[in-house]
Amino acid sequence: MIAIIDYGVGNLFSLCSSLKSIGAEAVVTSDKEILRSADKLVLPGVGAFADAAQKLRDTGMDLIVREQAAAGKDIMGICLGMQLLFEKSYEYGEHEGLGLLKGSVVPMEGAIPEKLKIPHIGWNALHFAKPSGLFKYINENDCVYFVHSYFATDCDESVIATTEYGREMTAAVELGNIKGCQFHPEKSGKVGLAILKAFCEN
Amino acid sequence: MITKRIIPCLDVRNGRVVKGVNFEGLSDVSSPVELAKYYSDNGADELVFYDITASFEERRLFTDILREVAEQIFIPLTVGGGINTVDDFDRVLKCGADKVSVNSGAIRNPDLIREAAELYGNQCVVISADVKRVDGVFHVFAKGGREDTGMEAIEWIKRCVKLGAGEVVVNSIDTDGVKKGFDIEMLKAVCEAVNVPVIASGGAGGINDFVELFREIPDIDAGLAASIFHFGEVAIPDLKQELKKNNITVRL
Repeated sequence: MIAIIDYGVGNLFSLCSSLKSIGAEAVVTSDKEILRSADKLVLPGVGAFADAAQKLRDTGMDLIVREQAAAGKDIMGICLGMQLLFEKSYEYGEHEGLGLLKGSVVPMEGAIPEKLKIPHIGWNALHFAKPSGLFKYINENDCVYFVHSYFATDCDESVIATTEYGREMTAAVELGNIKGCQFHPEKSGKVGLAILKAFCEN
Repeated sequence: MITKRIIPCLDVRNGRVVKGVNFEGLSDVSSPVELAKYYSDNGADELVFYDITASFEERRLFTDILREVAEQIFIPLTVGGGINTVDDFDRVLKCGADKVSVNSGAIRNPDLIREAAELYGNQCVVISADVKRVDGVFHVFAKGGREDTGMEAIEWIKRCVKLGAGEVVVNSIDTDGVKKGFDIEMLKAVCEAVNVPVIASGGAGGINDFVELFREIPDIDAGLAASIFHFGEVAIPDLKQELKKNNITVRL
């Protein structure tokens, strides 16, 4: 069973539907016992980093994520959920993340050519940086759907795929049982579902 | 590199997809769920659903259908039509929409854009503008293109982006339904004025119109159309192959 961590941010309808569509048993929950008994966890997230990090702490979900990460359970962060896995974010100030991965999250503004639009919205190609089981059903250059204005950097240790948007940008990360996608696999058509399927099987 | 998006638009009334010519004379085409699935399987990068119903009952039917679509289709979904309050945003986002497009609701109350952007993020708020030349000036029209607001369109769109709109759909009433190509002049003017994604709408008659759009305006992000897709005049995979041949980056 895959548990999608509900900590009061965003709309989890599509994420849950996408997992069900590939045959996974998926639940959206904040119940600690269900999260502990789940085979794998998904940490979603949309909106502002500081707000989401605060909600994770307020709901006690930060402790569960850390505990389950330490126990070796597979955890996938999606979009802002991926960014929360890092040590810190510089989105409107400086904010602590979960620190499960080395690196930080920085604004695109100033880091990419000025003529490029922010947020980075749309379908962009994946370039594999390291082999990963998450990619077993997809190919180099397959496109996935991105919506973000900040990106993870200084994370060579965990980056497994990048995309090109005025510069090389972190698209997916993996370090042992800790995984993350900057893009939205639940909105990336067949390619996205194939990544979720690989995650569920892994 | 980010790809240019091709977006079929589905106008939904009484649970069915319809498409008007110059916004009048609607005709029933097909089932929203079936069409959405078909498009998702055949290269559409995103889908736009416009709810063109009027009554509360029909609106409930629309959200039921939206939910059904979102359970089966895993590409971005934008919903527009009858969005007047943040509660309307909430209603469609809960049913699986990713972005919400505002038009007349924002004309009545521009602050709706700011409120929604603060709650759901700029990426969630799309300003859709129906624009028509009046004595050589671009004017914004309200109520499905029936009413001239008297507002200059480029200034209006800039204001909406400032308030927090993360994407702009420009529908040229002058070219809509005519099928002789997108309104390049109008779209260029909008692209020069804002730095958020701009989606072209109104006027696509064939594959070459999309090639012209992306060649003439490198900054345009997406092309939207309805009837040419619904009636099978243009198949999206063929369209994308042709764009690729013309060195326009697309998702194949």
